[in-house]
Amino acid sequence: MYIRDFIQLTTSAVRSHRMRSFLTALGIAVGIGSVVLLTSLGEGLHRFMLAEFTQFGTNLIGINPGRVTTGGISGALISNIRPLSIEDAQALARIPQVVDVISVVQGNASVESGKKQRRTTIYGIDSAAPEVFKLKVAAGRFLPDDPPRAARAFAVLGSKVREELFGTGQVLGKRIRIGSERYRVIGSMESKGQMLGFDLDDTVWIPTAKALAMFNRESLMEIDVLYKEGSSADEVSEQIKKILVARHGSEDFTITTQEKMLEILGKILNILTLAVGGLGGISLLVGGVGILTIMTIAVNERTNEIGLLRALGSEKNQILGIFLGEAVILAAIGGFAGLVLGVGGAWLLELIVPALPTHTSWTYIIAAELLAAVIGLLAGVLPARRAAALNPVDALRGE
Amino acid sequence: MIRLQHIERFFQVGEEKVHALRDVDFSAAKGEYIAIMGPSGSGKSTLLNIVGLLDRPDGGTYELDNIMTTTLNDKQQADVRRHKIGFVFQFFHLVPRLTAEQNVELPLVLAGVEKAERKGRVQETLQAFGIGDRARHRPDQLSGGQRQRVAIARATIMKPTVILADEPTGNLDRASGNDVIEIIEDLNSRGITLIMVTHDPELGDRAKRRIKMVDGRIEEDIGKQI
Ligand SMILES: Nc1ncnc2c1ncn2[C@@H]1O[C@H](COP(=O)(O)OP(=O)(O)O)[C@@H](O)[C@H]1O
Ligand SMILES: [Mg+2]
Repeated sequence: MYIRDFIQLTTSAVRSHRMRSFLTALGIAVGIGSVVLLTSLGEGLHRFMLAEFTQFGTNLIGINPGRVTTGGISGALISNIRPLSIEDAQALARIPQVVDVISVVQGNASVESGKKQRRTTIYGIDSAAPEVFKLKVAAGRFLPDDPPRAARAFAVLGSKVREELFGTGQVLGKRIRIGSERYRVIGSMESKGQMLGFDLDDTVWIPTAKALAMFNRESLMEIDVLYKEGSSADEVSEQIKKILVARHGSEDFTITTQEKMLEILGKILNILTLAVGGLGGISLLVGGVGILTIMTIAVNERTNEIGLLRALGSEKNQILGIFLGEAVILAAIGGFAGLVLGVGGAWLLELIVPALPTHTSWTYIIAAELLAAVIGLLAGVLPARRAAALNPVDALRGE
Repeated sequence: MIRLQHIERFFQVGEEKVHALRDVDFSAAKGEYIAIMGPSGSGKSTLLNIVGLLDRPDGGTYELDNIMTTTLNDKQQADVRRHKIGFVFQFFHLVPRLTAEQNVELPLVLAGVEKAERKGRVQETLQAFGIGDRARHRPDQLSGGQRQRVAIARATIMKPTVILADEPTGNLDRASGNDVIEIIEDLNSRGITLIMVTHDPELGDRAKRRIKMVDGRIEEDIGKQI
């Protein structure tokens, strides 16, 4: 039998029961549609999260005071923790692979300019921050590379603070008051937007030592190390550990490499995508049961036809092929409709709710289509085998 | 050339074993016209199905055109059936969703004959049976007589050497039944072997050779050539 004739013969059966075929294919379409849509959402979320985390660059290692144990309880509860100091940060800068080190302190304070006032986040930070955090200076310059303990009272404004305090006016050289101290504005930053809920624009950047004094803290909140592209994160963090243990006497700090974080995050997000894909898979399974049901009915209805085809010289395999073909055609039509449904749905969702990131991945689309065909085959196998095994004489008997 | 020897066929019906054919010997020469008659349940259809390779005997041998069919596998039997045998049934057995044309074309499609060749052969055959103008009608748009003509057209499209007809007029009124018989007899007059099961004595008497079956045995065989 020619392929074209085979397809025509099988589609004639599918077409002769339009409503029934439509509903059966719909079952698969809903299944494929939900797999595509849900995995699009999962992938979208995945990409969104990765983009959020990598906007600071990937060659970063963070060091925080206190030891986070596997239980997740901060070692800060243990009394003999030495503070992370600016000198610790300076010591780390001597590691050969390290490009920049910045020490971070963060807190809230009220910022005043003339009569205007705003409570914002204050970051105590080093001159290298724009490079490490991929921030851009809009006007003036960032904090100078002063000796840490003798830093001048300069401030750089985030875009939102600048707007709130000065509108569109000139800011360079202006004097502002943060807490009880006076600072001179030497620059302002470009807008960076939100990052996982933190507004980096509603921020004032001042030298670390000044911030430590302002918030009356002994310890830095974090040291961030930027290392050379191509060097091993594990090697660098091993050296960091060695230096800090030597300085502190024990490992009373936690090192987190961006690489490891991204890896863990990626794993979690993949599992999430798979899980939602699996949810869609359940409806695909239901669609498969629909095909099984309809094909079983079709074999029962058409026993006469099966007997006839045998009498006309069909082999068992031809009968098997015809009924399998019908099941696969139903699944494939449903699969294609589901694809349109899923991709269209994802596109529409992004259009209606732009905040919801979606990304339709070809891997999942192809996997879903193959799955539909396989489900069609599996659902068709039992009825088709029964059809092929029918005794032609029995099949022809009775009207 | 058909030769069946010592054919046995049993059916298990619940606890009971039905002996449908008992040691049947039956031969038919090429071009013969044979009517098989006998009471209901005497094994006529069973014999015809075995001759048509739709059913396998439980015992005995069957030789068709020098092929020992009893040793063929399913695929080989299907091949013999496709090329040598045409069936005509009491209930027509047309595929309801296909047009008359497509029903007649079906054996050619299954045998893998090319489309260009198929069209011509189908048209020719439909014309020959007087249903050329019904080519695009579906079975439910045809009368009983027309349906049986389509079925006969389908049975002959592969140019078989044997036509097996099981009560071909059983579902037709006398007029269209006679039409159908004339068509089938015409095929026989052109050299095709015709074996027809009927319980209508008037029809049976038209055949040169008449076999009477009773209780799974051939009781009478009148007009045998050899
Ligand atoms: N598939 C079958 N299963 C069980 N019994 C059958 C089957 N086919 C035929 N028989 C039995 O075999 C006997 C002969 O049947 P059949 O050849 O159809 O008779 P006829 O065609 O002469 O009326 C009957 O008793 C019938 O009940
Ligand atoms: Mg019968």
